[in-house]
Amino acid sequence: MSIWDYANPKKFMQVSAVLLPWVTGLALSCLAGGLVWGFFLTPDDYRQGSTVKIIYLHVPAAIMGTSAWFMMLVASLIWLIRRHHVSALAAKAAAPVGLTFTVIGLVTGAIWGQPMWGTWWAWDPRLTAFLILGLFYLGYIALWVAVDDPDTAADLTSVLCIVGSVFAVLSRYAVLFWNQGLHQGASLSLDAAENVSNVYAWPLWVCIAGFGMLFVSLVLLRTRTEVRGRRLSALLARERGVGG
Amino acid sequence: MMPDLGKYAGAVLSAYGASLAGLIGLVAVSLWQGARMKRTLRDVEARSKAAGDV
Repeated sequence: MSIWDYANPKKFMQVSAVLLPWVTGLALSCLAGGLVWGFFLTPDDYRQGSTVKIIYLHVPAAIMGTSAWFMMLVASLIWLIRRHHVSALAAKAAAPVGLTFTVIGLVTGAIWGQPMWGTWWAWDPRLTAFLILGLFYLGYIALWVAVDDPDTAADLTSVLCIVGSVFAVLSRYAVLFWNQGLHQGASLSLDAAENVSNVYAWPLWVCIAGFGMLFVSLVLLRTRTEVRGRRLSALLARERGVGG
Repeated sequence: MMPDLGKYAGAVLSAYGASLAGLIGLVAVSLWQGARMKRTLRDVEARSKAAGDV
C-alpha cells in the first residue's frame, strides 16, 4: 500500500476517523499534564522570577507557529506536483491553527518581554520575521476566501506558502546567524551549556508534545470539514445542473 | 495550591488567560464548523438520494 492512497478523500476520512480520538486524547493529556506541571510544580527562576512560567505557552506556540507553516509548505508542494486535493485542503485547514499559535507566540512574547526587556516589542530579527509570518498567515487565509475556484485558490495559496517559508525559516533560525536582537538563542538545545535547566525543560517538552498533538488533531478535524465541504459543493453543483 | 507569582502575577496570569482563550476559541470554532458542515452534507445527501441523483 502506497502513502498516496491516503490522499484519496474516502480513505483519508476512514483513517482520520480512527486517529482523531487518539490524537485528541494524547493532546489533552499532554497539555493538561505539562501546563499543570509547569505552572504549579516548578520553581521561579532566579533572574526571571515567576515569568519563567510563560515559557510553557510561548515556546510551544512559537515552535508550532513555524512548524505549521512548514507542514503547509509540504502539503502545498504535494498539491503543486501531484494534484492531490486532500493535501491542498489540509494546508488550508492548517492555516487558522498556525495563525492562532503565531498570535499566542506574539502575545505571550510581548507580555513576557515587558517586565524582562522593559519593552513590549523590539524590531529584533526573530520577532520581526515572526510578525511577518503572522501577516503571511492572514494573507494566505484571505486568498483562499477571495478566489472562487478551489483549484485556482490552491495554486495561488501554494505559491504564497512557498514565498512565506522564507519568514518561517528566518523566525526560527534568525537568532543563530543574526546577532543583533534582544531575543535569546534556543531554549532547548543538544548543547547542555545553553540549555534551560531540566526542572523547566521536562514540563516544556510535555507542553511542546501537547501543542504538537493539538495541531495534528485540529488539522485532521478541519481537513475532514474541508473534505465534506468539497463533497457538499459537488452535490449542490449537480443539483443546479452545473456539474453535469 | 495557587503558586505565589509575586510582582509578575499580572503578566503570568494574563499570558495564560490570553493563550487558553485563544486555544479554546479555536477548538470551539473548529468543532462548530465541523458539526455544521456534517449536518448540512447529511441533509443534502439525503435530498440527492431521494431525488435519485446519488
